[in-house]
Amino acid sequence: MKKSVFFGSVTAVALAASGALAAEGDTLKEVKARGVLNCGVNTGLIGFAAPDANGNWSGFDVAFCKAMAAAVLGDATKIKYVPTTGQTRFTALSSGEVDLLARNSTWTFQRDTDLKLDFIGVNYYDGQGFMVRKDLGVSSAKELNGATICIQTGTTTELNLADYFKANNMDYQPVNIDSNAEGEQQYMAGACDAYTTDASGLAATRASFADPENHIILPEIISKEPLGPAVRHGDNNWGDIARWTLYALIAAEEYGVTSANIDELAKSSQNPEVQRLLGTTDDLGKMIGLDAEWAKRAIKAGGNYGEIFAATIGEQTPIGLARGLNAQWTQGGLMYAMPFR
Amino acid sequence: MVTYTGADNPPFRLSMLIYDRRYRSLTLQAIVFILVMLAASWLIDNTLRNLSAMGKTLSFDFLFRRAGYDIPQQLIPYNSDDTHLRATVIGLLNTLLVSILGCIAATILGVIVGVLRLSSNWLIARLMTVYVEVFRNIPLLLWILVCLAIFTEVMPPPNAYRGENPAANMILFDMIAPTNRYTAIPSIGMTNPPGTISLGREGISWAFIAFAVVIAAAWTGWRVLRNWAQRVQDRTGKRPRTWWISLAMFVVPVLFLTWYFGLHLVPPVLRGFNFADGINLDNAFVVLWLALTLYTGAFIAEIVRAGILAVSRGQTEAAFALGLRPRRTMSLVVLPQALRVIVPPLISQYLNLTKNSSLAIAVGYMDLRGTLGGTTLNQTGREMEAMVLMMGIYLALSLIISAGMNIFNSRVKLKER
Repeated sequence: MKKSVFFGSVTAVALAASGALAAEGDTLKEVKARGVLNCGVNTGLIGFAAPDANGNWSGFDVAFCKAMAAAVLGDATKIKYVPTTGQTRFTALSSGEVDLLARNSTWTFQRDTDLKLDFIGVNYYDGQGFMVRKDLGVSSAKELNGATICIQTGTTTELNLADYFKANNMDYQPVNIDSNAEGEQQYMAGACDAYTTDASGLAATRASFADPENHIILPEIISKEPLGPAVRHGDNNWGDIARWTLYALIAAEEYGVTSANIDELAKSSQNPEVQRLLGTTDDLGKMIGLDAEWAKRAIKAGGNYGEIFAATIGEQTPIGLARGLNAQWTQGGLMYAMPFR
Repeated sequence: MVTYTGADNPPFRLSMLIYDRRYRSLTLQAIVFILVMLAASWLIDNTLRNLSAMGKTLSFDFLFRRAGYDIPQQLIPYNSDDTHLRATVIGLLNTLLVSILGCIAATILGVIVGVLRLSSNWLIARLMTVYVEVFRNIPLLLWILVCLAIFTEVMPPPNAYRGENPAANMILFDMIAPTNRYTAIPSIGMTNPPGTISLGREGISWAFIAFAVVIAAAWTGWRVLRNWAQRVQDRTGKRPRTWWISLAMFVVPVLFLTWYFGLHLVPPVLRGFNFADGINLDNAFVVLWLALTLYTGAFIAEIVRAGILAVSRGQTEAAFALGLRPRRTMSLVVLPQALRVIVPPLISQYLNLTKNSSLAIAVGYMDLRGTLGGTTLNQTGREMEAMVLMMGIYLALSLIISAGMNIFNSRVKLKER
């Protein structure tokens, strides 16, 4: 478990040394030849990416992996899920162990440039929050002076936490943990007063507790955390495929294309935008090395962006997240797909 | 005039590199050396080329950038504004701390268990056997996790100490509070502090220096006294009684300084979320120390047992026949010979313990592996540099331990003339 980081790094070094470098290759060609999409996901965060008792993965990030596999391979089940921790995820991507990283990772300048990743868009606008037990009597993050706080190492949240407490002239004692599961365990045992990570992650974690009503998420959001899927820097075509698959899901919601009416709309829709999206007119798929119906398959795999949101983390699920910033731009949110033409 | 060109010194021919025994080994060594160097340069060249293909160049600049993260346990001052280099040093110091304390504790435990395993008391000997076999046959990582689970699940949270009727009570005259985060122990306070000298950002109290000087002086005095007693014994055959002088040399000045500076224990007090005023020993540290000690102690016990068994029974009997008491027999006859057997494998155990301390990440103890090889590596994305640096540091550390122990070994080993 903890050693995975180490092995990840060793693998990176070994791969670099042996010259088997995926970064130079053509990812699309490789994935097609392999017949399987290697998708880096969270080790287990209910709602975003978690395996069930039968080992079937589901969740918000997993849905994007499925859409990608459907678009590229024509089959949403041809995916190998590679669980990655906060520490191993970028190494896994840059070493070629995964083709795509859909693991609620924050898009930052340094990751985009220095780590040689390409974030292809934002699929969830998030911010960092704190969760505490109700009986602690804390109602604001400003009251956490002197508290012991569980924090996942290797994340942006670790840096935000240090900055926030410094800016507010407060002290804290960090407890470094490696995965969400370990954080949950330490927090439940009372080894830390507060658990901090992205607010969506907190909601997901709380939903898995036996007594979610005894825990509150403090109102302060201390950072911007735009979460998005990432690909390796340098393979622009693969980046385009991932980017436009995400836009296809978002655009589908905007135009009212759902997994239920998609076949019908493909035949009957008079909206030229929908026709181009679904490949009825203009062969957009050819421009990115795919066939005409790539977007149609991607949307069919798990529904449009709104359907995926509602099914995995929305208000009807135990996680119960509101759309908020993640509503369509037409609804006052930030989800805005670039035009398909 | 006859010039003698004997068979002893034939002119050199190239074929002699292969057919002449005197040169053949040199030839082979040269070939192997060249092959090894070629392989090494191929690996290094390949790595560098592939790194640059990924757009990464080998650069250690990141060490001088702002680290931005906090570290739970720091032996020297550190905050998130410091550089990655300083974070690395903090990690290294944490590694050293747990390794040194682990080596000391494991040695004490190992010697006791090793001796007790040879005890004629059936129960004690068997108990020690069980301990040794259980601990050395289960992987260390599991022991670390077991210890962590015990500490987090069994110990009460700091909150349990709150209120009129707390669920948990502090132990040892309300001085120590074990919690599931740390063990709060008293710190040492001074009512009459003498001030500090500052060394950069750290300050060293004059009181600490005073104690160090006094103890060093007492130790020197004790050596002089012992030499004097030895000389008297050599001259007159009677050793003067000196133990009370030596004891006084240590105790009196220490007591005086304690009184002068007004040294006292400050018990930990629950304030806000956590205990304050005392020293909070992080569970991560305690757990790691405990697990490393118990695990390595089992190996050292076996080494000690083997060392004692290696000194033949005849030596002890001969010593007894000369009229030496059992204690003197042990210290003058058995132990010096047993150490000869014990020390070399003991070096390996110390090296093992130091390297095993890198399992610290399992409990979130921020050692070298946790800072440089963990958070720093992750936040900067410099895997290659961090790994190379970390390997270099561990290698240097091990070589230093090894060199130190070898010097000790050459002092205790059997002198053969």
